[in-house]
Amino acid sequence: MAHAPETSSALHGVMAEFDSGQALVDAARQTMAQGFTRVEAYSPVPIEELNDIIHKKRTVLPKLVLGGGLTGMATGFVLQYWASVIEYPMNVGGRPQASWTTFIVPSYELTILFAALTAAIGMIVLSGLPQPYHPVFNVERFAMASSDKFFLVIEARDPKFDHHAATAFLTGAGAKGVYDVAD
Amino acid sequence: MALQETPVILPGHDFETVTETIAEIPLSRRFPLGWIGIILVALAGAGLLQMALGYLVLKGIGLWGNNAPVGWAFDIINFVWWIGIGHAGTLISAILLLFKQQWRMSISRFAEAMTIFAVICAAIFPIFHTGRPWLAAYWLFPYPNTMGLWPQFKSPLIWDVFAVSTYATVSVVFWYVGLIPDFATMRDRAVSRVKAIVFGTLSLGWRGSARHWHRYEVATLILAGLSTPLVLSVHTVVSFDFAVSVIPGWHATIFPPYFVAGAIYSGFAMVLSLAIPVRRFYGMESLITMRHIDNMAKIMLATGLMVGYGYAMEAFFAWYSASPHERFMMWNRMFGPYAWSYWALISINVVMIQLLWFKRVRTNTTLLFVMSLFVNVGMWLERFVIIVTSLNRDFVPSSWGMYYPTRWDFMTFFGTIGLFLTLFLLFLRFVPMISIFEVKTLLPQAKVKAEH
Repeated sequence: MAHAPETSSALHGVMAEFDSGQALVDAARQTMAQGFTRVEAYSPVPIEELNDIIHKKRTVLPKLVLGGGLTGMATGFVLQYWASVIEYPMNVGGRPQASWTTFIVPSYELTILFAALTAAIGMIVLSGLPQPYHPVFNVERFAMASSDKFFLVIEARDPKFDHHAATAFLTGAGAKGVYDVAD
Repeated sequence: MALQETPVILPGHDFETVTETIAEIPLSRRFPLGWIGIILVALAGAGLLQMALGYLVLKGIGLWGNNAPVGWAFDIINFVWWIGIGHAGTLISAILLLFKQQWRMSISRFAEAMTIFAVICAAIFPIFHTGRPWLAAYWLFPYPNTMGLWPQFKSPLIWDVFAVSTYATVSVVFWYVGLIPDFATMRDRAVSRVKAIVFGTLSLGWRGSARHWHRYEVATLILAGLSTPLVLSVHTVVSFDFAVSVIPGWHATIFPPYFVAGAIYSGFAMVLSLAIPVRRFYGMESLITMRHIDNMAKIMLATGLMVGYGYAMEAFFAWYSASPHERFMMWNRMFGPYAWSYWALISINVVMIQLLWFKRVRTNTTLLFVMSLFVNVGMWLERFVIIVTSLNRDFVPSSWGMYYPTRWDFMTFFGTIGLFLTLFLLFLRFVPMISIFEVKTLLPQAKVKAEH
C-alpha cells in the first residue's frame, strides 16, 4: 500500500483486481454510485453492461460507417459515370453511355469496401490505438487482464479521488487486490 | 431452454485453460515433426507453382491447354473453385454471427484464414491469365494512366475485379480486427522479448477497457452485417461472368443462387477437410467438438441439396426452353465426350451426400474427412462441366473442338494447393488458430446477471 498523498501527481490511479465478470460489474456499479466519474474497467472478454454502467453513452461509430458507405457509393458511381460518359466515351453495342444499371455492381462493392474500412479504422482510431504505452501496463498483475482477471481503475484525475479513500473503497467492494498505478 | 443440446465446448474449461490450450501453440518454441513434414510437402507444391508461373511469364499462356473454342478452362475453373471455398469462412464469421450461432466461435478464426488464403490462390489465375500480369493493372483497375484508358465498366469481368478485391480486403480487415484482442493475450503471455514486441505491435496496445470492448463489439457487428451482403454478392458476380453471356449452358437466371449455394457447400467441405485433421493433431477436441463437426456436415448437406436442385433445374430449363442449342448443350453434357465428368459430379454432389442424412455418418470423422475431400473434387468437376462442356461444342459444328489440359495446367493447379497449405500451416503455427476471447464468452465466468 502506498501512503503519501503527494504522489498523486505521479499516480494514474488505483487499480482493483477481481475474479469474475460479475464481481467487476458489481464493483463498477458501486463505484459509479459513489459519484466517481473517471473510472475504467478492463476485462478479458467483452461485457456489454460495463459500458452502460461507466460511460453511459454509445459510440458514434455506426454514423461514421453510414457516412463511409455513402461516400463509397458516390465514389463508385461518379468514377464510372465520369470515365465512361465524360472522359472516354466508348460505344459498346449501341448501349447508352450512362447505362446506370451496369454501374450498380462496382458502386455496391465500393459502398461495402468504404463502410468496412471506416468500421475497422474508426474503431481503432476512436479507441486511441495504436497506443504502445499506457499507465495501466505498469501494474504487473495487469498482464492477466487478457487472460482471466478483471480490473477496475479509479483515475487520479477524478475530482472525488482520494488515494486512501479510493483504496479502502475498492478493497471494500470485494477486490482481490488493490494496486497503485504509476503514471 | 427445453432442448438439451450438446455443449459447444466440452466441460472442464475455464478462462485459463482456454487461453493456455490455444496460446500455447504459437508461443511454444517447438516445431512438431508432423508439421515440418507436411510443410515440406506443401512448400514443394508452392515451388511447383513458382516454376509453372515463371515459365508461363517467359513463354506466354500458349503453355496452357485452352484454345478456341474452349478459351476459358483451368484458369477460370480454379478461380471459381478457390473463390467458392473462401465463402464458408465468411459465412461462419459473418452470417452465423448475425444469427447468434455460438458454435461458430471455435472455427471462425481458421475458417477466415482459409478464406484469405483461398482468395490469394484464386487471384493468381485471372491475373496470370492476362499473360502479362505487370500490365494487368490498367485492364483491371481504374487509375489515370498515360494512355488515358479506362476499364470497360459495362463488363461483368470488371464487376468481378471490384467484387473480389473488395472481398479480399474486407476479409483481411475482419480477420485482423478479430485477432487484435488475441494478439494482446499473446503479448501478455510471451516469454521471449521478440514475440512480446511482435505481438505487442500487432495488438496495437489493446487494453480491453470497457470503451474498447464496446466499440469493438459494435465494429464487429457492423463488419458482419457488411460481409453478409458482400459474400452473397461475390459469387453472384462471379456467376455473372457466365450468366451475362449468351452461351447455352451459361445464360441462365438460376446461376447466382446456384453458385452461392455451391460456394458455401464446397467451402464447408474444405473447412471439414482442414478441421478434422487439425483438431486431432493439436488435441483441440474439447474446443472443436463433435457438435461443430455435426453442424458443418448438416450445412454441407443442406447446401448440397440446393446444388442438386440447381442441376435438376439446369436440365429442366434446357428441355423446357425448346431451344435446340440449349437441349443439345445438355445432351452433350450428359452423353458427350465429357460425360464422365458430369456423371462423376452427379454421383458425388447428388448421390454421395445423401449419406449425410445419417447421424452415424455425420459423427464418423474419418468417413466425413474422406467425403469432404470427395466434395472438393465434386465441386471442382462442377466448374469443369459448366465451363468446358458449354464451350467445346457451340452453335456451329465446324468450330467444335476438344479441350485437354497440359502439364502446366496441372502444375499451376496443384501448385496453388501447395501454396494454400503452406500459408495455412504457417498460420497454425504462428497465430492463435481459435479465437481465444470469443470462446471465453461461452464460459460461465463471462456471464453477468442483469440488474434487478
